[in-house]
Amino acid sequence: MAEKVLMKGNEAIGEAAIRAGCRYFFGYPITPQNDIPAYMARELPKHDGVFLQAESEVAASNMVYGAAGSGARVLTSSSSPGISLKAEGISYIAGAELPCVVVNIMRCGPGLGGIQPSQGDYFQATKGMAHGDFHMIVYAPSTVQELVDLTYKGFDTADRYRNPVMVLGDGMLGQMMEPVEFMEPLDPAELPKKEWATDGAKGRETNVINSLALAPEELEAMNKKLENKYKRVKANEVMHEEYRLEDAEIAVVAYGTSARISTKAIDMARERGIKVGLIRPITLYPFPEKEIAATCDQIKKYLTVEMSTGQMIEDVRLAVNGRRPVEFFGRLGVVFEAEEVLQRLIALGGDN
Amino acid sequence: MKKIASYPDSLTEKHFHYCPGCTHGTVHRLIAEIMDELEIREETIGVAPVGCAVLAYEYFDCDMHEASHGRAPAVATGIKRVHPDKVVFTYQGDGDLASIGTAEIVHAANRGENITTIFINNAIYGMTGGQMAPTTLEGQKTTTTPYGRNLKEAGNPIKMTEMLSVLDGPSYIARVSAHSPKHIRKAKKALKKAFQMQLDGKGFSLIEVLSTCPTNWGIKPKDALNWLEEYMMPVYPLGDLKDIKEVE
Ligand SMILES: Cc1ncc(C[n+]2csc(CCOP(=O)(O)OP(=O)(O)O)c2C)c(N)n1
Ligand code: SF4
Ligand SMILES: [Mg+2]
Repeated sequence: MAEKVLMKGNEAIGEAAIRAGCRYFFGYPITPQNDIPAYMARELPKHDGVFLQAESEVAASNMVYGAAGSGARVLTSSSSPGISLKAEGISYIAGAELPCVVVNIMRCGPGLGGIQPSQGDYFQATKGMAHGDFHMIVYAPSTVQELVDLTYKGFDTADRYRNPVMVLGDGMLGQMMEPVEFMEPLDPAELPKKEWATDGAKGRETNVINSLALAPEELEAMNKKLENKYKRVKANEVMHEEYRLEDAEIAVVAYGTSARISTKAIDMARERGIKVGLIRPITLYPFPEKEIAATCDQIKKYLTVEMSTGQMIEDVRLAVNGRRPVEFFGRLGVVFEAEEVLQRLIALGGDN
Repeated sequence: MKKIASYPDSLTEKHFHYCPGCTHGTVHRLIAEIMDELEIREETIGVAPVGCAVLAYEYFDCDMHEASHGRAPAVATGIKRVHPDKVVFTYQGDGDLASIGTAEIVHAANRGENITTIFINNAIYGMTGGQMAPTTLEGQKTTTTPYGRNLKEAGNPIKMTEMLSVLDGPSYIARVSAHSPKHIRKAKKALKKAFQMQLDGKGFSLIEVLSTCPTNWGIKPKDALNWLEEYMMPVYPLGDLKDIKEVE
């Protein structure tokens, strides 16, 4: 078994990407994700890779579009306002069905907002990234180890579905140091050849990377194809975790950093005899809809905990579908303490 | 018998959708002939713009990418960094390159990205039905300058090619025109040199081609050729603007 090393979340993302065979990074500086480009700028040249600081996030995401279409594993990372600018490229990448990994180390918005950790980009990541009917596959790690594992896995998932994958973290997770264990590095030369990629039409038909479909039937077919892909993603890629849920009557639903804080609050509540557990979505798209619905017979009340004014709660409510009350706790700008979540749990569950 | 002209291998058999008298097709053909002559069709990846040439990927018989509006140089950068041994070109209109895509072209040029850009200046937005482009001439009527372009309100015709030629990154930058057989021969020479610069690893090259849009200029194809010579050429003078081979 590989040795554990102490590493900062952001840097661990970079190392995981390199180990997944990613040799190309295009990005633009923004806090609190700056350690990712710095790590890639330092490490990629050692692997004959390319680090390029683009003139803007718009350019960076379009560079990713070009590199992904050329058959490479490619990474870009940013924080909230930068992701808004990357939206154009991501929509084209999704439309042309190209694989890539996009990291968003969320900070608090809207507008320029501030650099405090936040989960305010849930809607953007899972629903409204940019124009058109498309989805990214969105992973929400809650530990540095998970940042590593899901970044690595993200490249495989992106390739398998020819779809952009987002790793959605926050400033807290990005800056956190934790011991991590890395997988064996993968040699990009040994990855299966992407027959559709543009690398010069030597002795073959030409390849075209494109998302334009002018004829109505063609346009519908293109969108149908995407829709069918998302159905496969929903059927096969949902990931979630449960904690102390066996006999629980209250379920906290939280992801990422909120889930870490909630776990602590749940332990404190359990000491007081409150029967509470955690449902932690690991994929935000596809959302663990059925998995949450399956708990409705047992769970009497749900509490969604987010570093936002309430975004994921809409998906939790859709999953619960009116069968049980779904309450909300969240703060943004300020990272809440486990004690605050505990107080909500006490109010919900009584101090029985 | 010596073959003088034939249909270029680097063009597909698809018929151009361009309007009668539009010089987009002329420039396509020149690029295809050059790909044939340099024997690079199987080594080339082209990037099509958003504009009337949006379907260029159906005409060039090489690997192609369709870019979003103005971002072709960024897309080409991504491609070239993955395949530094391949030939990468962008084909862009004046709205695409000189308006929405100014940042991308400036920085690709400034990095000396080893790609070739063909910049079609027709002083108008063709595809969207004839709006003002940043290259539109003073007094020129478009749907968004119905009283003629007023420099005080709408700014001046932008000289992107001159601007780019002061950067240190580019190897070869020239302005040519596609409105007469004599000018087309010169245009081909410049375009070929631009591709050769890339093959020699000299870095960014760009050729601006003055081009016609009879449809949105609202004049007959033949008059468009004259209009280009009479009104565009004085504002956009032809010639080499940067050539590192001459400096060496
Ligand atoms: C982001 C975005 N904005 C606007 C458009 C609409 N649009 C399509 S082509 C075009 C102008 C193209 O003009 P030009 O680049 O000069 O090319 P031409 O058609 O003249 O060859 C515009 C504004 C678009 N497709 N995408
Ligand atoms: S609208 Fe203008 S630029 Fe477009 S094809 Fe017609 S003539 Fe050419
Ligand atoms: Mg134009």
